[in-house]
Amino acid sequence: MKLNDLQTLIPLTVHYAPADLTQELEGAYCSDLLSNVMGQAKPGMVWLTMQSHPNIIAVASLLGLAGILLVGGAKPEQETINKAASENIPLFSAPASCFEIAGLLYQQGLRG
Amino acid sequence: MGEPVLSVVFELIGGDFSLAGDASSRVKRILQQAGIPAPVVRRAAIAAYEAEMNVIIHADGGTMRLEIHPDETRLTVADQGPGIADVGQAMQEGYSTAPDYVREMGFGAGMGLPNMRKCADRFDIVSAVGEGTRIEMVFRHNGPA
Repeated sequence: MKLNDLQTLIPLTVHYAPADLTQELEGAYCSDLLSNVMGQAKPGMVWLTMQSHPNIIAVASLLGLAGILLVGGAKPEQETINKAASENIPLFSAPASCFEIAGLLYQQGLRG
Repeated sequence: MGEPVLSVVFELIGGDFSLAGDASSRVKRILQQAGIPAPVVRRAAIAAYEAEMNVIIHADGGTMRLEIHPDETRLTVADQGPGIADVGQAMQEGYSTAPDYVREMGFGAGMGLPNMRKCADRFDIVSAVGEGTRIEMVFRHNGPA
């Protein structure tokens, strides 16, 4: 499954996306605790979180995550979008809950 | 250990979340450009971020020194912060003294120091209440992934 498959799978808003979204996802990780993500998420994963402040971009960038999907209706701050663009981290948001989205991604074969 | 091949010092400003992660991002880029193996870069970047955030959350300010040696990378993070009364307790997963507003941002889960210890091949912490905390970490270039 690739990042651009997310858009066909769930209704979402694209806040920042590089031209190429065809990178194969290595899995997904759900957490709102940044140190937990730092310790557990693997490079190439998409990160599902409610946290919308700019610091999530640094976490994704340092870990080499494939992108961030804000769940449960969370919306990014403008500064978060700016940072996503400068660090080239794909950033989406969706109204669906973390549980629902994680379930859909799991059905598509993604693992943690 | 002789003189480092490269040595850089970053200033960290306590309470400034807008710059949080900048020093760690620069550490990561420098290590990548220096050709350090990717798994080592990853471990050092995670540890640097956790240490940087601890200074920003808990201290007035501090410094992060990056030293690249032929066989290992060293990170030394020193702050002028409140210090840690019981380092053993602080090293336990889940223990945190971070204020509520920081926890609401997803920091302060009590995983920072344990994450650092896990990532580094050597981890030393010295702290004195009212003076500050100093963490030294070593990442061997031929160390585990």
